[in-house]
Formats: sequence, structure tokens, C-alpha cells
Amino acid sequence: MLSKMNKGVPKQKERKLKDFSDGSARVRVLTMVLSVLCGVLLWYLLSILPGVGVILAGPQDIVNDAMPELMSDGSDGQFEAYLLLKHIYWSFRRVLGGWLIAFVIALPVAFLMGWYKTFRNILDPWIQFFRTIPPIALIPLVILLMGTGERSKISVIFITSFLVMTVTIYQGVKNLDLTLVKAAYTFGAGDLSIFIRVVVPSAFPFILTAARLGVSTALTTLIAAEMTGTFYGLGSMIQTAQIYFRMDKVMLGIICIGVIGFILDRLLLLAEKKLTRWQ
Amino acid sequence: MDERKKKISIEGVKKRFLSHDGKEVIALNGVNLGIYENEFVCVVGPSGCGKTTLLNIIAGLEHASEGKVLINGNPIVGPGNDRGVVFQQYALFPWLTVKKNVEFGLAYKYIKETDPSTGEARYRKLTKAEKAEISEKYLRMVDLQDFSDSYPKELSGGMKQRVAIARGYAMNPEVLLMDEPFGALDAQTRAQLQEDLLKTWDTEKKTCFFITHDVEEAVLLASRVVIMSARPGRVKEIIDVDLPYPRNQATKLMPRFNEYKNAIWENVYQEYLEVKR
Repeated sequence: MLSKMNKGVPKQKERKLKDFSDGSARVRVLTMVLSVLCGVLLWYLLSILPGVGVILAGPQDIVNDAMPELMSDGSDGQFEAYLLLKHIYWSFRRVLGGWLIAFVIALPVAFLMGWYKTFRNILDPWIQFFRTIPPIALIPLVILLMGTGERSKISVIFITSFLVMTVTIYQGVKNLDLTLVKAAYTFGAGDLSIFIRVVVPSAFPFILTAARLGVSTALTTLIAAEMTGTFYGLGSMIQTAQIYFRMDKVMLGIICIGVIGFILDRLLLLAEKKLTRWQ
Repeated sequence: MDERKKKISIEGVKKRFLSHDGKEVIALNGVNLGIYENEFVCVVGPSGCGKTTLLNIIAGLEHASEGKVLINGNPIVGPGNDRGVVFQQYALFPWLTVKKNVEFGLAYKYIKETDPSTGEARYRKLTKAEKAEISEKYLRMVDLQDFSDSYPKELSGGMKQRVAIARGYAMNPEVLLMDEPFGALDAQTRAQLQEDLLKTWDTEKKTCFFITHDVEEAVLLASRVVIMSARPGRVKEIIDVDLPYPRNQATKLMPRFNEYKNAIWENVYQEYLEVKR
């Protein structure tokens, strides 16, 4: 009887609010590095399994087969010298070129859309329409219009990252706090002044986010862009390797694109942190 | 006849607008009000009575559907730096430091000077040094000189509003329009800012048009309290608060203070009941 009564009142468990912070930088970096190392190890272990290894090339295959071939100095006459660097150079050029042009054009377009109703209403259906179309679907058209040269590749990358950046920057312009406009207005600011001193700085964080989104979109479009026909480029390297079933080269290509994306994103993130300290 | 100079006169102002479902709403229905130079007017009334609309019309942010609003005898056609506005939501530019916020409007200010050689009047913009001097002066006035290089996000609500008030004063407008500036603050900060505002107004007299829903605040600050009726808004009654300046929180202890407060409160409460019905 007595024991039953004691059980009657459940003891309340101690509860703490969940910690949503990133924690200490040391632990964070260590965890990330460990995660990558474990991933590579898992990849290696999978690749040495007899059944899986046939399909999946492991890190050792990249080091033993792909790298000597793609990074040879060309002295033995068998392989082109430093082919991987050439692939990286051409892909990087296309990504950067398409992205830069897209950024420079997206900025005024997005601001014009935010500022003028008519402009917005004219452009909006087109942007929404093209946004849903996968870049690969555009390739036949691009080849017809632009040929198979560099222009067509840069165009494909341009289209996709332009759309993403325009939409994002436009959101930033729309996100404007109207009280700030009113405040500037009461000081006697004119339209141009409000645009330069209120609208642009208020959209600034969105511009940086757009730039980051644009880079990642440009990279994801790279393979599609290089389907317009080329020899040099990471995308075409992957496609050619697929035909000859050189999975080591495919994996290397994937890693290169990923690393380029990671580095570019970190650089832009750094710029964002430096430039928007007020947030 | 009042021989004081009328700074702003609001004559038969009506404001209609369309609501979301297309119905016509009358926000203000024939408001008549004169605001004298250097007086402190507080407007109280139930929410939705058009207080903010009236302030926006004076500020030039909205236009009256009928009637006219004059400042120094000239019709108001838009915003101008003869009127400064302090918003409830502070409206500080988050990307600018406190100092740059206070200096923001000074870019649109011209000062008149006489050409030493010809003796003609001419206008010029403020120099950087002059702007810095002004912002320094007013930040000291609101006791925020140590925060001039901080960003707004680093400040508390009360501090932000003090920056906004300093910014309003820095423009040196003839009229200061304040839309429930202390509405979002806690009681202690609010009392502090009321006192600061009274002190500032005492040292640098300005015509103040102050909207609040707090009757006590209205009696403490105002020389005249304007009570507005429920929508459609009209001026229901104007009460002269005959308490001596300079005032401070101790003014609240005066028996007459409570008489004013209770009388106005009852009046406003009736309007509130009207709204509920």
C-alpha cells in the first residue's frame, strides 16, 4: 500500500532548453574534418568490396590510375600534359564568366522589377516560366543559336544563375521596410536618393545571398553546359570517362567540382560576414 | 481669440480610403484643429480613430480627401524638413551606425548664409564637420554619445527611440510629429524617456504633435490634450492641461494631475465602448 503511494507522484525530470548555437569553433571544425575522413574511409572500404568495387572506384584508384594519367607532365608522349588542370581551368572560366555576367545583369533587372510595377509585371511571367525548365532541356536551342563554342556554354550557365539571382535580389528589394522609406521621405529625400540610400543598402544582404546561390547554380549547370560539345572541362571529362567506364575519372571530376564550389562559397560567405556586420 | 501664432491649422479634413474588400472607409470625418507655435499637443483616442492618419497627413505622407492642412499659412503638399517625424517602430537604418543615422537627414538640409562679397543670400549644404557637430550635440542630449559608432541592433528599444528622437531634433524642424513613440517600451524606460523629452522640449522649444493611447502620458506631456472620437475620427474635445512646466515624474503626484487624468480617461473610455458597440 505504502509503496504504491510513493509511486503515485512521478518525479519530474530535469529539462533544459535545446541549445541551438553552433558551439565552439574547435569542436565544430574537428567534427567536420572527422566527418570527411570517415566518409573517405567508408568510400574506400566500399570500393574494396569485390562486388561493389567493380562499379565504384575508390580513392586508391584515383591516386593510382586517374591522377598519373591526368597530371602527367606529358614527357612520355602518352598523355596530354596536366590535362586535369586544363579541365579545371576551362570549367572555372565558364562558371565564373556565366556567373559574373549574370550577376551584373541581374542586379539592375531585379532593382528595376522592385522599383517599377510595369517592368515587374512584364518580366515576372517569363522569369517564373524559365525558372522551372531544367537547363539540359535548353541545350538543343542554345546550340542552334550559339553554336558549340564557348558562348553557348557561358549562355547556359548565365541563364540559370541569372534567374536564381534575379529572383533572390528582387525578394530583397520587396522585403524593404516601408517605415524606413517613410522616414527618409520625411527628411526630404527624393526618389533617387531613397533608392541609393535606402533601397540598395536594405537589399544588400540579399545581393550577397544571391551571389552565393548563383555560384552553386552555375556549378550545377556546368555539366549541362558542357554537353554542348567540348573537349576541355570537368563536365565533359566526366561524360567522356563515363563512355569508357573510367569510374576513377568520374569520381575525380565530381570531387573537383565539389571542391571548387566549396571554396567559392566560403569566399563569398566570408565577404558576406565582413560586409553585413550590422545584421 | 487666441493671439498665439498658429503653426498648423487643420481645416475640415476628411480622409476616405478603400478597404481590402472594396468598401469605403471613412478614417477622418471633418477634423478641425489648430496647433500653436511651441505648444505640446497630445492626441488620444481609441485605436482605429485615425490618429496616425492625421499625423501622416500633417507629415505629408498621406493626403486628405477633403479639407486642407496649412503650415505657417501654406498648404502642405508633401513631406518637408520643416516637420520631423518620430515613428513608433524607431525607423532607424540598420546598416548605419547611430551617428550616421542621426546625420542621415542632414544631407537634405540647406543653410542660408549671406555672400560676404555681394551681400546676397545663398544656400549651401552642411559640411561633414558641421554634420558631425550636430549629431554629437544631439546624441549627448539623449545621453548616447558613447554609442555613436554602434549599430542599431546593439541597442535596446529605449536607446533606439532616443536615437530616433535625437535624429528628429538634429533636423531642427519647426514641428515634431511623434506617433506613439514610447508605445513599445517598458514602464521604467518610458518614464525615463518622457522626462528626457520634457527636458529637451524645455531647453529647445518646438511645436510637438504627440500621439499616444496612454492618457497619463498625454496629461504629463501636453499643454493641450485632443480627444478624438471613434471611427470616423473627429475632434471630440480639447482639454487644456493647466499644470506648470517644467514637468517631471513628480508632476504625477499633483492632485490636479489626477483630476485631468480621470476626466480624460472617462471621456476616452466612452469612445472605446462606442467602438465595442
